[in-house]
Amino acid sequence: MNPSPLSRRDIFKLVAAASAAGALAPVGAEPPKPLTRHFKNTLSDPDYAHPSIPWDKPLDATELATLAVLVDLILPADETSPAASAIGVHEFLNEWVGAPYPENRADYETIRGGVAWINTHAWKHHGKAFKEIAPEEQTAILDSICDPAKALPELSHGARFFQKLRMLTLGGYYTHPATWKSLGYIGNTPINGPYPGVPDEIIKLLGLEGLEGL
Amino acid sequence: MAILTDRKSTREYDVIIVGSGAGGGMMGMQLSLNGVKVLMLEAGRNYDPIKETPMFHTPDQAPLRGKGTQDRFFGHYDATVGGGWQVPGEPYGDKEGTQEEFWWWRPRMLGGRTNHWGRISLRFGQYDFKPKSRDGLGYDWPISYEDLAPYYDKTEMMIGVYGSNEGMENTPDSSPGVLLPAPKPRVGELLTKKHCKSLNIPVIPIHRAVLTQALDGPKLAAKLFPNNPKAQKLVGDDMSARMACFWATECGRGCSIRANFQSTTVLLPAALASGNLDIITDAMVREVLTDDSGKVTGVHYMDKVTRVDSIARARVVILSASTCETARILLNSKSALFPNGLANSSGQVGRNLTDSVGSSLAGHIPAMESLPPYNEDGAGGEHVYTPWWNYKKQETLGFARGYHIEIGGGRYMPSMGALGLLDTTSPGIYGKKLKDEARRYYGAVMGFAGRGEMIPNENCYCEIDPNRVDQWGIPILRFHWKWSDHEINQATHMQNTFADIIGAMGGKATPRPGREALNKPGEIIHEAGTAIMGTDPKASVVNSFGQTWDVKNLFLMDASILPSNPDKNLTLTVLALAWRSAEYLLDEMKKGTV
Ligand SMILES: Cc1cc2nc3c(=O)[nH]c(=O)nc-3n(C[C@H](O)[C@H](O)[C@H](O)COP(=O)(O)OP(=O)(O)OC[C@H]3O[C@@H](n4cnc5c(N)ncnc54)[C@H](O)[C@@H]3O)c2cc1C
Ligand code: SF4
Repeated sequence: MNPSPLSRRDIFKLVAAASAAGALAPVGAEPPKPLTRHFKNTLSDPDYAHPSIPWDKPLDATELATLAVLVDLILPADETSPAASAIGVHEFLNEWVGAPYPENRADYETIRGGVAWINTHAWKHHGKAFKEIAPEEQTAILDSICDPAKALPELSHGARFFQKLRMLTLGGYYTHPATWKSLGYIGNTPINGPYPGVPDEIIKLLGLEGLEGL
Repeated sequence: MAILTDRKSTREYDVIIVGSGAGGGMMGMQLSLNGVKVLMLEAGRNYDPIKETPMFHTPDQAPLRGKGTQDRFFGHYDATVGGGWQVPGEPYGDKEGTQEEFWWWRPRMLGGRTNHWGRISLRFGQYDFKPKSRDGLGYDWPISYEDLAPYYDKTEMMIGVYGSNEGMENTPDSSPGVLLPAPKPRVGELLTKKHCKSLNIPVIPIHRAVLTQALDGPKLAAKLFPNNPKAQKLVGDDMSARMACFWATECGRGCSIRANFQSTTVLLPAALASGNLDIITDAMVREVLTDDSGKVTGVHYMDKVTRVDSIARARVVILSASTCETARILLNSKSALFPNGLANSSGQVGRNLTDSVGSSLAGHIPAMESLPPYNEDGAGGEHVYTPWWNYKKQETLGFARGYHIEIGGGRYMPSMGALGLLDTTSPGIYGKKLKDEARRYYGAVMGFAGRGEMIPNENCYCEIDPNRVDQWGIPILRFHWKWSDHEINQATHMQNTFADIIGAMGGKATPRPGREALNKPGEIIHEAGTAIMGTDPKASVVNSFGQTWDVKNLFLMDASILPSNPDKNLTLTVLALAWRSAEYLLDEMKKGTV
């Protein structure tokens, strides 16, 4: 529209007609709907009350079952924290590799291909898929690929897969609150009064006496 | 309540404010508390931080464990709505020949970037107002520190800023009784302080807009608004209703208990309570309208919900749409009287664009391994920092001006990358041993980020792209950028300093050359200077009150008017300037000159 020829009085006449000063709705237009929230893009404007993941999870049930075994070998249960699969880290990996971002796309290739690689590797040596072989056989395979610097050249694909899987598993596992106490994160809980600061025990341990007042 | 969600304004307005962030929010509050009828137009959606802030949500409740993505750069729970460096349907571009692509951050929400900013609130010092007089570069301000100091005091008192007065060079103290007590430092911050001593690098409490204790609203409001009983009542009650920080949750998600400063929790509630402020959200302002005499009569905006062109009118227009967007609106407001864009007779609109110089380095600190755990959340951001400490050595450094250091690290709420260190420290380990390694290394990393002053140069600017429009039909901006040696050398100095600090703390880190280690222009999100203030109408766009030289009833109030962009993050200064300008505007309106 051309804004300049309208005088102030004209504007208010028009406005009265449209019963909306500020908005010049064309004659017969539907009144605008009240606006509270409108989610046009759940990625850039998410609804925290109803979290959703707007992409598909591409891995199938057997792939997930293999990953469940693998993440538990990487981070098993102990006295202070659960096994990785118990808190759904393998499911998280499925969500991770489905995401539409370049990093996740690359990881999809590594993880899906890696699961197939490790199954083939187990099948060649033991005639069964990875999740079906004995625990000692599983760890023997992992031992051969866990350190990319030491893995035999012919196992380099497996080593690359394991390196990525290990870091994603660590990420997925320790971002779950069930693991925090064991890790040593104490927080996300309100404290009344002033912030208490560093305990004396740590002050002494690191020789930080006298600095606290800053 | 006057957030006009039905989009029906019912009255005539004295003043239109474009944008509801730091500058717009403060202007809106000051004017409406003084009886001025204000209409605020905000391009983003309505946003209620009390209801919408995911304060205690944990990463497992979010996609990708809350990790940052292209769509949500600072993580899933960051308060930014509808934006980031890319806003769907609202592109921008680079001008041919640019050395770097500029990144333009925009939220689309009520309160703008104040919902998720870092709350670092540092005053500019004496030198910062007269940089050209000191070293011949850039521009002096038409005002000095003393002109703004009372407004810094008032702003700090009202929004609530913690910190201390240390009496350091060009790092101003606040008046006694203004600052709230600083929170105690965390372990990594103390360790940094200890080892920086030997390097002669100071580490002192930072200033942040977070309430470390509850405010005595009525008492403070009486000081802030001595002759305005209505403002005393409204602001006083509202200040008392804010809670003190409870030392949990990230400030970048917003703060539903209102302990930290956001326009939506501190400025807009009292302004709305005055009954003098109406807000229309989802209103994308396209241009400012003028009459034949060259005076501003209102604005033309796009109602984003209906996609209908709309007009709002008032005696005064204030643009607070953020630095680059304010320039864009001016440049798009062309008419026979103003063929180069509105208020642009100097040709300076869009010029002198700056961002902070940014560079960072992190390192593993062995002394912080396996520490006994304690609650280290603190005030959702830094407790300490390093102000620029090399004023005396400036001549020997190979760059002008300085930077401050933001210090972070330790036992944050674990994120996807929290144990990234294990890839190098503990290759090959899995099983229960890996859990021991995780416990050992968790929180044993410290990071140092420099935020430095960039000097305006003729190669850094934005302008209207002659070929492209956004989804609202509004011509978009394109950017041109080139760093000077000052910024590059400064980033090198940052890298070497951070490596020294990490080294002194017992860690190892390899500094990178400044050119490589520099953050992208726009990446620090402190852009300023596209419509600078000055004393000469031929060389500047506005006077020290943000009033444009060319059009008496058009004001600008955001960082676009800053003639320099010191290392001290600029939002506190925008707020203080807005308070000062509001008083001036009220006076002029009374006198009838605008
Ligand atoms: C992650 C992050 C961390 C930060 N940390 C700090 C910090 O620690 N300290 C500090 O000082 N600063 C910090 N900043 C910068 C700070 O947020 C900004 O300097 C400040 O918010 C600027 O205020 P403003 O009023 O200019 O703009 P904004 O707060 O961005 O507000 C502008 C408003 O105008 C609206 N708008 C834009 N265009 C139009 C249009 N055409 N029509 C109508 N409305 C429009 C926008 O939607 C927005 O709401 C940070 C920023 C980010 C993103
Ligand atoms: S840390 Fe404190 S100020 Fe920051 S969001 Fe949490 S409660 Fe609010």
